[in-house]
Amino acid sequence: MGEAERGAAVFRARGLTKIYRLGEVEVRALYEVDLDLYAGEFVVILGPSGGGKSTLLNILGGLDAPTSGEVVFRDHDLTTADDAEMTQFRREHVGFVFQFYNLIPSLTALENVALVTEISADPMDAREALRRVGLADRMDHFPSQLSGGEQQRVAIARAIAKRPDVLLCDEPTGALDYPTGKVVLEVLAHINKELGTTVAVITHNAAIAEMADRVIRMRSGRIAEILHNARRASPAELVW
Amino acid sequence: MSVLDRKLARDIFRLRGQLTAILLVVACGIASYVALRSTYRSLLASQATYYADYRFADVFASLKRAPSSVADEIAQLPGAAAVETRVVVEVTLDVPGLDEPATGRLVSIPERRRAMLNDLYLRAGRWVEPGQSDEVIASEAFAAANSLGVGDGIGAVINGRWKRLRIVGIALSPEYVYEVRGGAAIFPDNRRFGVLWMGREALAPAFDLEGAFNYLAIALAPGAGESALIERIDRRIERYGGLGAYGRDEQISHRFLSDEIAQNRVSGTIIPAIFLGVAAFLLHLVLSRIVGAERAQIAVLKAFGYGNTAIGAHYLKLALVPVMGGALLGVFAGLYLGNALTGVYTQFYRFPLLRYEAGWDLVAAAAAISLGAAALGALTAVRSAVRLPPAEAMRPESPAKFRAGWIERLGIARFIGVTPRMILRQAGRHPVKAVLSTLGLSMAVALLLVGRYFFDAVDHLVAVQFGEIQREDVVVVFNEPLGAGVRLDLQRLPGVLRVELFRSVPVRLRHEHRSRRTSILGMPPGGELRRLMDRDGRPIQMPQDGLLLTSALADLLGVGEGDSISVEVLEGRRPSRNVIVVGLVDELIGISGYMNLAALGRLLGEGETASGAFLGIDQRQSALLNSELKRLPAVGGASMREAILRGFDETIAQSLAITTITLVIFACVIAFGVVYNGARIALAERGRDLASLRVLGFTQREIAAMLLGEQALLTLAAIPLGFAVGYGVCSLIPMAVASELFRLPLVISRESYLFAFAIVAAASALSGLVVVRRLRHLDLIEVLKTRE
Repeated sequence: MGEAERGAAVFRARGLTKIYRLGEVEVRALYEVDLDLYAGEFVVILGPSGGGKSTLLNILGGLDAPTSGEVVFRDHDLTTADDAEMTQFRREHVGFVFQFYNLIPSLTALENVALVTEISADPMDAREALRRVGLADRMDHFPSQLSGGEQQRVAIARAIAKRPDVLLCDEPTGALDYPTGKVVLEVLAHINKELGTTVAVITHNAAIAEMADRVIRMRSGRIAEILHNARRASPAELVW
Repeated sequence: MSVLDRKLARDIFRLRGQLTAILLVVACGIASYVALRSTYRSLLASQATYYADYRFADVFASLKRAPSSVADEIAQLPGAAAVETRVVVEVTLDVPGLDEPATGRLVSIPERRRAMLNDLYLRAGRWVEPGQSDEVIASEAFAAANSLGVGDGIGAVINGRWKRLRIVGIALSPEYVYEVRGGAAIFPDNRRFGVLWMGREALAPAFDLEGAFNYLAIALAPGAGESALIERIDRRIERYGGLGAYGRDEQISHRFLSDEIAQNRVSGTIIPAIFLGVAAFLLHLVLSRIVGAERAQIAVLKAFGYGNTAIGAHYLKLALVPVMGGALLGVFAGLYLGNALTGVYTQFYRFPLLRYEAGWDLVAAAAAISLGAAALGALTAVRSAVRLPPAEAMRPESPAKFRAGWIERLGIARFIGVTPRMILRQAGRHPVKAVLSTLGLSMAVALLLVGRYFFDAVDHLVAVQFGEIQREDVVVVFNEPLGAGVRLDLQRLPGVLRVELFRSVPVRLRHEHRSRRTSILGMPPGGELRRLMDRDGRPIQMPQDGLLLTSALADLLGVGEGDSISVEVLEGRRPSRNVIVVGLVDELIGISGYMNLAALGRLLGEGETASGAFLGIDQRQSALLNSELKRLPAVGGASMREAILRGFDETIAQSLAITTITLVIFACVIAFGVVYNGARIALAERGRDLASLRVLGFTQREIAAMLLGEQALLTLAAIPLGFAVGYGVCSLIPMAVASELFRLPLVISRESYLFAFAIVAAASALSGLVVVRRLRHLDLIEVLKTRE
């Protein structure tokens, strides 16, 4: 697939560099990274821990600012945004899925989703979001009453309910067993296909790469290579 | 330093905010304990020493005139150890620098020796000299209030003649530790009322009391019964116009001082108990959280062979740091405050030496009490740390389980948003914690309310007494009862618009076995200057005949409307009659009876006479009237309503300011302790949740609301609860302090409720905001990664 067919770039990053200072030592988490993410694509960012993939995701998600370089989301320049603008950006455009779900334990599944739909401009119905992740019958359960996979699906419902432009997932299956992890990936693929949401998944599980449109391999803060999958495998086909 | 102690030091540093909050609460508790207890002791010891050293009498009696020989007879009575006779008269004074006339109580002292009973402590100057009829010793309170010193002069109308008196000494007496005139004048007005001691050889002839006396002070023999002696004395002095002997419990100065000391003891128990209770709760809160968060560390320590004692001691030490720090701070602050408080007391209660005593035992008791609070607070947390089996401790704490609380099950949930639901469930998950937090905050509200109540009550008392009852501008008291013709003389005085005569008669009222010494005030019907009010604050018409009693007096005598009681008049021909009680009057000050002036005249068998008058005046001419009144021979005393109110307001304003500051500090410390710790713990427990929400696009403000919502909810719940507790305590106070001298009304002003609400709400909000600042430093990236 050519890039033109994919539509416009949602994110455009140029020369992204992130340097952390840990006392005397400088750690270069990202170095001169150029990257575009396109509307509707499913991207897997792959690499070992410390490869810079989380730092990249944080910058794209408006959680962190690069030391140098620029990153633009559509017409928002994230490089110069202050805390309030970053918050607004995350609120309107980004859906996050965490490795450990990070649900609010005092709220039911439905309420965890509703919490986000309450502050969104054009959300889908919270029940609808839960139906899409296959949890229509678990809506009134509290997180402590749900399995890990169910909790992660609630987290995905929470992320998609506000109809974000991009879904950023940090090791979404990292805490899950094999079959549960597959269910979660299926939900992500389904959302990507049905809603056309751009999905970026970071993982060190190379098997997941097969379900992506593009695979970005990172090593030592740089993009080592970008692969285009000719055919996206369905999550059911994945083996690890 | 052991490694565990090094961990302790770092933990203390890390938790410095929360530990400081606890430290402050403990400090307030210990400071109030030390201050109030030491003041209590100082007052008690000073009172006892003073009474013993200056031979304060046990029984007192006033009479018309008795020859000196009667004193010898009384000294022979069984139970009497010593008898001292006096001449006591009240006169009008012209004090330099004071526009209105003052009242001086001239009390005789022997010129050639010290008094056997109720001796004076000479603060400055010297004793009066024989043969010098113008020398007086002034009471310290009066001299200080009027800036008078040794060598200054005062004008006095003594038995109809204007005389200049010279102050040769300043002194104190155990009889006037609290120097008030008595009757309705129960608050000190040291500018306008003072005791002057004068040589007996100078004073007695002026009032035709040479070789005689009109006042007795008697010391009780060890083990003698007071009431038996009082009865014997009464029988002995009846024919000399005895007004009834009484013991220390009816002696105004002693009564006020003793009540104050007793009150000090009560507040010295209750206030520290509140603070230390709150401190124990906060320690429990903080330590439980720490032990919960450090499960893995505890497990590691146990795995490496640290014993339960070492681990228990480690957390106990953490509790002891703020408690002992607070105790230390509290002891010093308490000693300072106790000293200051004792100083405040010296303004109202005059002692030769109010020695401030604290003593090591008090410090030790303070330390022991704080240790108790620490143990109470730390116990459960430390026990759970000790009991934790290492293997289980290695696992993270089981995830928080939530369910919809009972409030939600009522169906309210449908009407509220998700955030409020979150807050409700958070509070509902630890109902005991929520209830204790609310209780703690409500104590802050109640403290404020109770502290303000005293001022509201006194305010109301003054408003009723001087706004509704005593509406006269001036009260004039004559030296001797005069005929009704005096009305015309008074009417002619400058500025006098209205004159209402009254007749006050000392009486003993008896009903069955109960009796009371008091006075009956005879007033003309239709009077406007002095009114009588019923329970609902409506004016009562003076009946043609029969007796009206204040309800407090009726209660004391056990009588009601329609009962007949015996009235024994204690002056003149001393008639004794049965009179019907025709109604009850509701008054907050004193106990007295009222009759129609004409009916009282008939009872006395002396026609219509007046012992004084209420005047309504033109304020513009008050200066002129004042200077006239100061020199009128027939006038034994005059008091101005305006002046009394002014003096009263000054006294009250000062103590109101001190009390308010103290209460605000106390309430703020409690609110800060509870809210700050509550919010810090919430932040520690839910920081990850809140950071996740920040990642999802929630603003600082939105998560701040989630964090502080629970504290706000608890504060809001605490306010009505605090109002209820405060009202409950206030409603007990009138019963506790009710005496024959005065009764406090149960009145709490709207301003006081508002004040309590505003202070606690503001203190809670500010404490919460201190924690909110930390939200800025939430690490949003960290939450994407690992579990805590």
